Amino acid sequence: MKGKVWKFGDDIDTDIIIPGRYLVMRDPKELAEHVMEGLDPEFNKKVKEGDVILGGRNFGCGSSREHAPLALIGAGISAVIAESFARIFYRNSINVGLPLLEAPGISQHLENGDEVEIDMKKGVIRKINSKEEYPFQKLPEFMIEILEKGGLIPYVKEKMD
Amino acid sequence: MTMTMAEKILARAAGKKETESGEIVMANIDVAMTHDLTGPLSVESFEKIGTPKVWDPEKIVVIFDHQVPADSIDAANNHLIMREFVKNQNINNFYDVNEGVCHQILPEKGHIVPGELVVGTDSHTCTHGALGAFSTGIGSTDMAMVFSTGQLWFKVPETIRFKIEGSLRPHVYAKDVVLDIIGKVGADGATYKACEFAGETVTNMSVSDRMVMCNMAIEMGGKTGLVEPDQKTLQYVQNHSSKSYEIMKTDLDAPSLENMYIDVDELEPQIACPHNVDNVKGVSEVQGIEIDQVFLGSCTNGRISDLRDAAKILKGKKVNSGVRMLVIPASRDIYRKALDEGLMNIFVDSGALVCNPCCGPCLGGHIGLLGPGEVSLSTSNRNFKGRQGSADAEVYLSSAAVAAASAITGKITDPR
Ligand code: SF4
Repeated sequence: MKGKVWKFGDDIDTDIIIPGRYLVMRDPKELAEHVMEGLDPEFNKKVKEGDVILGGRNFGCGSSREHAPLALIGAGISAVIAESFARIFYRNSINVGLPLLEAPGISQHLENGDEVEIDMKKGVIRKINSKEEYPFQKLPEFMIEILEKGGLIPYVKEKMD
Repeated sequence: MTMTMAEKILARAAGKKETESGEIVMANIDVAMTHDLTGPLSVESFEKIGTPKVWDPEKIVVIFDHQVPADSIDAANNHLIMREFVKNQNINNFYDVNEGVCHQILPEKGHIVPGELVVGTDSHTCTHGALGAFSTGIGSTDMAMVFSTGQLWFKVPETIRFKIEGSLRPHVYAKDVVLDIIGKVGADGATYKACEFAGETVTNMSVSDRMVMCNMAIEMGGKTGLVEPDQKTLQYVQNHSSKSYEIMKTDLDAPSLENMYIDVDELEPQIACPHNVDNVKGVSEVQGIEIDQVFLGSCTNGRISDLRDAAKILKGKKVNSGVRMLVIPASRDIYRKALDEGLMNIFVDSGALVCNPCCGPCLGGHIGLLGPGEVSLSTSNRNFKGRQGSADAEVYLSSAAVAAASAITGKITDPR
């Protein structure tokens, strides 16, 4: 995974990621048109396929809605890196196939616009052009597999076939 | 390596010798519960996966409690979906509209024993840690995976151990202790953590009281509540279950353990005020607030001891003419006991309404909804805006004793 960093602060809640009035939609592409709208109405236009979001502490707090990770996926976000994640957002994201990387201290090292490459197997985030590497809490094999398959349902489906 | 109870149970369920907080494990589920409200979504996701048969029908428990008997065509439809699922999948552990609230039925019918891993599509599934199980709420996609494979992934939580010391003064209960703790740590104070309740006060508590404590762990963000099994736990389990079990206890030097000390000697009855469970005040600060409805029931305080506490106060008295009081036993067994002990006569004579075992007004979806501007005093666990009906209504939370005393006066009242 390779992309540009979009940096946000602490406590980004699910209402910021996707406001409640759009929850009638289910399609990731449609949801993506409103992603992060509260902070930056143009966000969906600027973001490119593969880009990553860098959050602070408690990313994804607030109400339980799978729409939040779906909106990020729809916008082309390949992973979210943060100091820490809210618990329900964490479960929902992995279950719909959005990689979340917990990397305490990371916000000191990365800035808006930095190009990064993520190595899931090694558990490191590489800053392109500077050769610096930062570790994140590595995910176990089965979880990488869930993410590669695109979420829990396709993962189980394949297991059961 | 030293471990907490939560780590030991998850390690066992994941087939590992040890595990530590932060690790993500794939674990085998011992009990999977779903109810009439979240069940249909779980079944829908299960059908998307396309597995023809569930992994083990004996480990699945289906309980109807949120909208029973059906109060709308939608609810009736949900019931039909679940009855058909239960039939097609040969699920014997099925409790239809006549049994009671899921978190009372699970332990009462012997589905919960120490050391097991329990999941349910309901946030208050954390209640069952009171018997020393690791028990937590999950989503419907998660449940679909459990139905198909019997497994689910978990991030192993850290533990906060609340060491509670002191003896409770008369008319002060487990509900007051847990409200006091939630007020202190805040609604997100234990996010993702296992909340273990220990100390002399907890040792002296009955199993029902421990369920009250664990039930509300989620209201401070907890992943589960837990109490170490002791003689009382084993007595309860023996009386209700024939399953075998394994007792796990926390090593006090476990690295992921954080201690918090609580003293309850001076504690007065506690009230959670609108619109957050952590907005907790002593009853002396809020007494006199006028109320329109009193709800005695729910998976928090709808047990026989709660009905007894309330009946003692209501005996020979009348519910205030401006107040509706709803008494909803948490299960048919509790209902039966209350009848045998003459408690129901007291309630009916006082002018209270006794309803069938169910969630009742707790979630504002079924009976006893509130209108705009109304104030309710409830023994349940959540007072969020709109939780019991109109978003312009207010909900206060208390023990059964405060609820009964307040029903008589029509105002929030100290039962002492
Ligand atoms: S009684 Fe209330 S909190 Fe308990 S399961 Fe029912 S709706 Fe949920």
